[in-house]
Amino acid sequence: MAISDVVTQRAFVRAPQRGATTRLLEDERWLAAALLLPTIVLLGLFIAYPFAEGVWLSVTDARVGVPGTFVGLANFEALWDDSIFGTAVWNTFVYTAVATVFKLALGLWLALLLNRNFRGKAFTRAFILLPFIIPTVLSTFAWKWMFDPTFSVINWTLFQFGLIHSRINWLGDPALALISVIIVNVWRGVPFYAISLLAGLQTINPELEEAAAIDGARPWQRFWHVTWPLLLPVTMVVVLFSVIQTFADFQLVYVLTGGGPANATQLFATYAYQIGIGTGLLSQGAAISLAMFPFLLIIVVVQLLYIRRVEVH
Amino acid sequence: MIEGAKWRRWVYFYIPLSVFIFWLLFPFYWMLVTSVRPDRELYRPWMAPNYTPFWTAHPTLEHVTDLLTQTLFIRWMLNTLFIASVSTVISLFCGLLAGYALSRLKFPFAGSLGTGIFITYLVPQTLLFIPLADIIRNFRLGDTPWALILTYPTFLIPFCTWLLMGYFKAIPRELEECARIDGATRWKAMVYIVFPIAVPGILSAGIFAFTLSWNEFIYALVFLSSAEEKTVSVGVTSELVRGDVFYWGQLMAGALLGSVPVAFIYSFFVEYYVAGLTGSVKG
Repeated sequence: MAISDVVTQRAFVRAPQRGATTRLLEDERWLAAALLLPTIVLLGLFIAYPFAEGVWLSVTDARVGVPGTFVGLANFEALWDDSIFGTAVWNTFVYTAVATVFKLALGLWLALLLNRNFRGKAFTRAFILLPFIIPTVLSTFAWKWMFDPTFSVINWTLFQFGLIHSRINWLGDPALALISVIIVNVWRGVPFYAISLLAGLQTINPELEEAAAIDGARPWQRFWHVTWPLLLPVTMVVVLFSVIQTFADFQLVYVLTGGGPANATQLFATYAYQIGIGTGLLSQGAAISLAMFPFLLIIVVVQLLYIRRVEVH
Repeated sequence: MIEGAKWRRWVYFYIPLSVFIFWLLFPFYWMLVTSVRPDRELYRPWMAPNYTPFWTAHPTLEHVTDLLTQTLFIRWMLNTLFIASVSTVISLFCGLLAGYALSRLKFPFAGSLGTGIFITYLVPQTLLFIPLADIIRNFRLGDTPWALILTYPTFLIPFCTWLLMGYFKAIPRELEECARIDGATRWKAMVYIVFPIAVPGILSAGIFAFTLSWNEFIYALVFLSSAEEKTVSVGVTSELVRGDVFYWGQLMAGALLGSVPVAFIYSFFVEYYVAGLTGSVKG
């Protein structure tokens, strides 16, 4: 009796009750929708909507507090004739290209140095990242102070070594200002390249290099024919991120020169800020920063295609 | 290692590495020296014979105390701490859920949504700040911490999602399936099985997100206007430069102290930070 009772009872134990929400969330599609909802709301409100709003602003004549009316492409036509805008576009390209080349070269060099075994390696690696993690604006002030023509420690050092005889006005001289700004950008970016490329280097099997060494390859040949091709996919992604950030850079120039002297360091973002926020011409400012978009798009598409090709190989 | 004579090690290794370290760290040393240097030494031209660049004979804490007592510096630090913490928590929450959905679940448009989030990852802040300023004004969020708390996740969520997707993909599906056979719902399997395993990823994403929001500048510059609401970067930039006068001692003290929280967190979690950095690139 006892045994059959237990068996029948067990057979009719019900599955635990689940509420309507729980059952709905058991469906993969509903669960996915619920999980993605907060992200989509936030990104929609503060990325997609501002983008549409930016496009709309750029075809109106809105100012701060004045809604503005539709004016077609007048803002972009005005930019086309604006020589300062032309300077800003040129500067942005020079700034991005030169800074990226130096960051890549120096970052790769530093990564190769750090890839060796030496005492205090972890310590060194941790300290080297400081320029990248410290708030850019704050560390840029240190550079601005170092570049100060009257109190500059750089000038003092160069003078002591007999390399200069009069003071150098690093940020005030239109011919030098862009170079100075690039130096600071490279300083800030090198750690990022070095640490990312170091991570890439550490995934490469050291036996490959050893095999090449046994076959008689010189250090330079080993790097060029073994290490570099294997590092290329990581390098391309690092360059992609860095190029976008450099192209759209704002804070560094804002602190060091504010776009001056005589617009010698004016970039897309600083010019957009000056026009859109400084003088309150929202529509013009929106048009300037939106003009960055096609360039960024081309850069991203070209690099992504290249990355895909490299990864297929 | 480097083969050959000892001098080769010096030329190819020690000297270049030392130059790199000197170049990368000197500005921080310069900040430190400037912030303890008295004004009469600070404003001595470099041509002057008694210019002593690399040390000071009369260190003073005057700039630091001025900064802490006569400016709103402490207020700015607390503002930044609050904004960075809350936006990090929001971004981690959204990134965890979205990352799980995109890496584990099958649903329509999964691929295009993933691509969409990757593209927003590549949108720089300077592209959208002008229309965003307009929108913030319309939502009546201008000059409040919420203007930043709600906009910072736009660049933090894509990054957190991307990083966590990598971690989730590495966790075997069988673990979850076991839990579900034992009667756990999908939700419970996610929260109690998958999330705890992904803790290193969550830490990396969180630390990286916190430093990114601590360092953000242009949104804070544009969306906040009153001195009491500012973040450290903006406060130091706009309030310690009055007209054309730079208060260099206070500026450098502010730059140094404003960097301390990030450097502090970083020093404890270097490995997680590096994992976040490299993970964000590799994806």
